[in-house]
Amino acid sequence: MPTLEIDHLDKAYGPVRALRDMTFDVPSGEIFGFVGSNGGGKTTTMRIALGVLAPDSGQVRWDGRPVDLEVRRRIGYMPEERGLYPRMRVDEQLVYLARLHGKTPAEAKDAMERWTEILGVAHRRTDEVQKLSLGNQQRVQLAAALVHDPEILVLDEPFSGLDPVAVDVMSGVLRERAEAGVPVLFSSHQLDLVERLCDRVGIIKDGQMVAQGAIDELRSEGRLQWSVDGAPASAWAPSLSAGSGLRVVSSEGPRTVVELDGVSAAARTSTADDAAQAVLRAALAAGPVRSFTPVRHSLVELYRDVVSAPTEEPAA
Amino acid sequence: MSASPIVPSSGWSTVRLVAGRELTTRMRSRAYVVTTLVMLVAVVVGGVVLHLAQGSSSAKVVGLTPQTASLTQPLEAAAKAADDDVEVKQVPDDAAAKAGVEDGSLDAALTGDTTSFTVVVKKDLDSTSAAVLTSLRQQTALANAIQKLGGDPSAVSQQLSDVQLDVAPLQPQAQRDGAQIVAGYVAGILLFITLQTCAQLVAQGVVEEKSSRVVELLLATVRPWQLMAGKVLGIGVVGLVQVGVVVLGGAGTAAALGLVKASDIDLGATALWALVWFVVGFLMYSLALAALAALVSRQEDIGSVTAPVVMLMIVPYVIGISIAPWNPDSPIVVWLSYLPFCAPLVMPIRIALGTVETWQAIVSVLISLALLPALVWLAGRIYSNAVLRTGARVKLKDALRAA
Repeated sequence: MPTLEIDHLDKAYGPVRALRDMTFDVPSGEIFGFVGSNGGGKTTTMRIALGVLAPDSGQVRWDGRPVDLEVRRRIGYMPEERGLYPRMRVDEQLVYLARLHGKTPAEAKDAMERWTEILGVAHRRTDEVQKLSLGNQQRVQLAAALVHDPEILVLDEPFSGLDPVAVDVMSGVLRERAEAGVPVLFSSHQLDLVERLCDRVGIIKDGQMVAQGAIDELRSEGRLQWSVDGAPASAWAPSLSAGSGLRVVSSEGPRTVVELDGVSAAARTSTADDAAQAVLRAALAAGPVRSFTPVRHSLVELYRDVVSAPTEEPAA
Repeated sequence: MSASPIVPSSGWSTVRLVAGRELTTRMRSRAYVVTTLVMLVAVVVGGVVLHLAQGSSSAKVVGLTPQTASLTQPLEAAAKAADDDVEVKQVPDDAAAKAGVEDGSLDAALTGDTTSFTVVVKKDLDSTSAAVLTSLRQQTALANAIQKLGGDPSAVSQQLSDVQLDVAPLQPQAQRDGAQIVAGYVAGILLFITLQTCAQLVAQGVVEEKSSRVVELLLATVRPWQLMAGKVLGIGVVGLVQVGVVVLGGAGTAAALGLVKASDIDLGATALWALVWFVVGFLMYSLALAALAALVSRQEDIGSVTAPVVMLMIVPYVIGISIAPWNPDSPIVVWLSYLPFCAPLVMPIRIALGTVETWQAIVSVLISLALLPALVWLAGRIYSNAVLRTGARVKLKDALRAA
C-alpha cells in the first residue's frame, strides 16, 4: 500500500520557526485528521506537501518517491485560502481544472457532472462562481479537489463554513474516497467531527507534532482517570498512599474522580492497572461500589491537555 | 480505484490549456467585443469620411463641344503642368454644355470655337482652373501666331514642355500626401490602444489569480512559467485577432474606396508590419507587466506598480504621434524607432509614412527580439518568486533575489 510520508520537515519564516521536525505518515485508505491551534503549522505542512512552498529541510514522499510535479497532479488539494476564478462558470472551471490535472476533455466533463451531482451543486453548473453562496462555493471548491479522481487528498479546513447537511455530504465523500484506497489528510477545528471521521489524528502545536495516533491510543496516553460511584471520597481517599501519585480531581456526593499523576509512557500500562486496583480497593474498603470505570476523554479534552501544556523549548 | 491513468503531459500542452482558457474567456467578454467593434467602425467610418472629403476636391469635369474637342490634349497637358486634376467630357453642343453646367454634372464647359472659346461656369471659376484655362488660351493664341509666321506649333510646344526648372534644395523635404499621414496616425493610435489594453489585461489576469487565490490551486499542478506563458500567449492571440480585424477593416476600406494610390503607400506591407509590431510590442510589454503585476495582490495596486512600463509606452507614443507625421526624419523619432520598448510604438508610424527601408524595419525588429530572451528569463524569475506571496506588495529586489 502506498503511503504519504511527511518526513522531518523544517521551515522557518525569518526568525519564526513554523515547522520543527514535522513527521507523520498517512497510508492509503486512511483518514488522518490534523488538529492544532491557529498558526500551528498545519497549513504550512500542507502547502509544502503540494509544492507551493519549499521546506528548509525534510521531504514529502508518496510510495517511497519524493513528491514531484507528476505526483502532485494526482493530489486533490483544497487550499486554506479558497480559490476559484470568480467570473468563470462552475462547469467550465471544473473541466479546466480536471484538464490541467491531465484528464481528457470527455473524462473531465464526466467527472464534473458526477461531482457537481454528488455535492449538490449540479443546478448551479452554468452560473459564475461569484454568484454562488459561500456554502455552495465551498462545495465547488471540494469538487475542484476531487474532479481529477486524485490518488491523494489534502484538504485544509474542508468543513469550515458548511451547513450540517453539507458536512454530512462531505464526510461521506471523504469516507468513500478512503474506502477506495485514497489517503486523506485534512485539518479541522471541529474536533467532534475529527473524532467521528478519522482513523488517526495528529495534534500539532507551535510547528511540532505533539501527539499522534488512533484516538483510542491517544486516549490511553492522556490523563489516566477513574470514576468511582460509591462511598463519598472523604471516607476513603485519604487512605490512598501519598507515594502512589493518585489524587482526587473531583468529588460530588457519591461520585469521585481520581487521577494518576506523573506516569511515564513506558511504565503506563502496568502502573495504570496497579493504580486502578489500588483505587478500587480503597473505595471498597469504605463501602459498596456501584460502578468503577476509567474516564474516557473526548478529543476536545485531549486537545486542551496537549495544546495548553507548556512546550519544551528545544535548545536552538 | 476508478481513476484512469493520468498521462504525463508535456509542458507545452499545459501552456496550451492555460492559453485556451484565456482565449475563450476573453473573447467572450463584452468589453472585448465592444472595443473591437468600436475600433472597426471607427476605421471604416473614418475611411468613408476621408473619401467624401477627397471627393469634393477631386477631378473637375470640363465639357467640350465638338467645336472645342481638339483642345482636349492641350487642356490635359496644361492641367497636369499646374497639378490640377481635370477630366474631359464630350458633350454634343453648346446648349447641352450649358445644361450640364447648370445641373452640376459639369464643373465647367468650353463653348464657342478653339481659338476664342468661352468658359461657361455656374458662378465663378476657381483660381487654379482660371490659370489653367488662361494658359490654354495663351497657347492657342501662340500656336495661331506661330502658324501665321510659318512655324510648326507642335514642335514649339514640344520644346516648351521639355523646359524644366532645375531646383537644387539644400534641405530636401520629402513629399507626403494626406493618405500617408492618416495611415501613420492610424497605425500609431491603433498599436498604442491595443498594446496598452492587452498588456493591461495580462496584468489584471495575473492579479485576478493572485487576489482570488486560485493561483495556489493552479501552482499545485502547473509550473509558474507555464501559467505565465499561457496567459501571455492566450491574451496575445486575443489581441492579435483584434488588431487583425481593425487593420483588415481599415486597409479594406482604404482599398475599396481608392483612398490611397498604390504608388504612394504600400497598404499590404503597412498592415503586415502593424501586425508584426503588435506581436513584438505585446511580448515585451506584457512580460514586463506580468512580472510587475505579480508583485501585488489587489487590482487597485496594479496602476502604481506598472507605472514605469506604462510611461515607457506613453512617452514614445506621444513623441511618435506628434512629431513623426510631420518630421519623420527627426533624430529623436529615428532613435526611438530602434530602441526596444519604444520601437513598437514609433517604427510602425515611420513605416506607414513610407520613410523607412524594409531592411531598417527588420533591423529594428531584430534589436527588440534580441532583448526578448533576457526579458523572458527576468519576467519568469520575478513572477515565480512573487506570485504566491499574497498580502503586502513584494519588493522587486526580493522577488529577484528569492529562490
